[in-house]
Amino acid sequence: MSVPMPPDEPKAQEPVGEVETAAAVPRDAEHWAKLVSTIDVTNAPEGAVNINVTGKSLVSPIQGFGKMWQKTYKVPLRGAEASPEEVIKEWKANFPSFWPPRNFFYGGLTGIAPGDVALLNLSMPGRLKLSTGVFVLFADDESFTFMNPQGHMFAGWITFSSYRKSDVTVAQAQVLIRANDPIYEIGMMLGGHRKEDKFWHQTLTNLSRHFGAQEEVETQIVCVDKKRQWSKAKNVWHNAAIRSGIYMAGAPFRLVAKPFRADKQL
Amino acid sequence: MTDNTLSIEVRPAGQAASVIDIKGDVTADSEDVLTNAYTEASAQKIRAIVLNFTGLDYMNSSGIGLLVTLLVRANRQRQKVIAYGLNEHYRQIFQLTRLDEAISICDDEATALRTAGA
Repeated sequence: MSVPMPPDEPKAQEPVGEVETAAAVPRDAEHWAKLVSTIDVTNAPEGAVNINVTGKSLVSPIQGFGKMWQKTYKVPLRGAEASPEEVIKEWKANFPSFWPPRNFFYGGLTGIAPGDVALLNLSMPGRLKLSTGVFVLFADDESFTFMNPQGHMFAGWITFSSYRKSDVTVAQAQVLIRANDPIYEIGMMLGGHRKEDKFWHQTLTNLSRHFGAQEEVETQIVCVDKKRQWSKAKNVWHNAAIRSGIYMAGAPFRLVAKPFRADKQL
Repeated sequence: MTDNTLSIEVRPAGQAASVIDIKGDVTADSEDVLTNAYTEASAQKIRAIVLNFTGLDYMNSSGIGLLVTLLVRANRQRQKVIAYGLNEHYRQIFQLTRLDEAISICDDEATALRTAGA
């Protein structure tokens, strides 16, 4: 037998409130990074060059300079038993190991989670080591996305995902980017696009071999916007390649100054 | 227009704008539905596309990417893109991805249509 609650009984309202709160949390909430205005690297791993990241804002394709490109690289993992969730779990856990040699990704110890910042030390032409970073914008069981900071070659993001198609698990990397400034845009025209395509081909090939698959990587390239945004030409101020070059050129001076700095600290 | 997880309605709003009502999930799978909706919305010569996100249930980073490509198409046609019905969570995602610098965000449809000049 049910006994009606007195009309003024406050407890009668509680379940309604709980239901409303639960409904108010969007299903994707835990997969997105929290809002930040700038990014920060608190614990740079030993050996990583940590410049061009702390204090930088994130940039979407809207804030970039060059033509906007959507490039999709995908490889069917034919013969592999792994589900999309297993592929993404493995990719997140061992992300740096799939990169081409002489390029370094210094992520968090716990893998790849929304809001994490990773340092990148990338091998560039002329023995330049470009130091920049990425921000983990989104991560769930079947995908994760990095967004770039000011100074990075590209304004935009890259999404790594896995899905089933015709009973085969496919691994995919998709970039939506503009070159961040005029210097990067020239670089992209002079072989940068080819180098980038090669980079992700190599990465997906390494991932595919890791799962025992042998298929070739497919590439689809779409120019989403042919217009260059000249109002964004001033992004060159943050250019991480120029700043990394200056940093490298200053290495001998920092070496000479090191003992004096150490004395001063004592 | 629908797929498994998304349904979209397009309706004219005065001479100058079309409203796209988005209900469900915006993900990579939404590309065709969203593209068709934009094409239908732009069939008339309009100055603004108004996106109604009141029924948005889920959006991932691929969904945000689709909005960027929709924005590029609209800019090419010299159309403004205006959004309303975003809850606090999705407003923050627009801020985080800096989409809010290119898409005007309004509180309700009336404000959105005023912004559109409809």
